[in-house]
Amino acid sequence: MAERPEDLNLPNAVITRIIKEALPDGVNVSKEARRAISQAASVFVLYATSCANNFAMKAKRKTLNAGDVLAAMEEMEFERFMEPLREALEVFKKGQKGKKEVSEQRRRDKEKKVDCENDKSREEEEEDGEEGPMEEEQEVVEEEEEVEN
Amino acid sequence: MSDNNTEKDERKKTISLPISRVRLIMKSSPDVSSINQDALFLTTKATELFVQHLARASFNNGSGRDTNTLSYTDLANTAEENDTFHFLTDILPQKILARDYLKSLEDMKEDEADL
Repeated sequence: MAERPEDLNLPNAVITRIIKEALPDGVNVSKEARRAISQAASVFVLYATSCANNFAMKAKRKTLNAGDVLAAMEEMEFERFMEPLREALEVFKKGQKGKKEVSEQRRRDKEKKVDCENDKSREEEEEDGEEGPMEEEQEVVEEEEEVEN
Repeated sequence: MSDNNTEKDERKKTISLPISRVRLIMKSSPDVSSINQDALFLTTKATELFVQHLARASFNNGSGRDTNTLSYTDLANTAEENDTFHFLTDILPQKILARDYLKSLEDMKEDEADL
C-alpha cells in the first residue's frame, strides 16, 4: 500500500456539509471539531470494515457483502443505522437495476433493428400505418432506406 | 422550504461521500481482500449516518448549546462518556493543559524515585 496518509482522509467539504445538515441552522463548528469528526469517520470505516470482515471470514467468504456490513453495525451497537441503511440499499439496488434495464432496452432495440433488416417488408407495412414515429424508429426507417438503395 | 425538505429526503437515500475514497480506506485494512458493491455502498452510507450521529450527540450533550457552537471538547467528552463512541477515545483524547501534563510527569518521576 503506497498511498499517502492524506488519501485515507475523507474530503473536508463533504464532511462539513453533512455536519451542517445534522445540526440546527447557524451552529458554528470549530475547525478543530470538523477535523476531529473527519478523522473519527475514517476510524469508523476501519472499525466497521474489520467487524464486517470477521463475519465474512467466519462464513469462509472472501468478499464482504451487505449482510456483513449490517451485522457489523449491530455488533458495534449502531443498530439505529440498520433501518435507514436497509432503505437506502433498496433504493440503491433499484437504481442499479434501472441502469441495467436501460442497457437491456438498448440491446433489445439493437436486436429489433437487426430483425427489421431481416424482415424488412413486413416491418415496412406496419410502419406505413404509424404516424409520428419515435426517434429510434426513425433511425430504423432510415437504415432500411439505405439498405434498399 | 418544502423544496428544501424533499431535497433532504432525497439525500437520505443517496450518498454524498466519495465511494472510491471509502473503498481506499477499507482496502487499507490488511485482511480485506474484496468488497462487493452493496457492502461498499452500505459502509459509505453508514459513515454519513455516523458523522451526523456523532455531531448531534456531541452538540446536544455539549456546553455549546448556549453559544451555538460545537467544539472539540464536546466531541472528546462524547467519546469518553458514550459507550458506542468509546472506540474513538484514542483519536479524540481529552485536552490537557501543558502545565498539568508536566505536573503529572513530575509526580510520576517522584513515584519512581520513591521506589
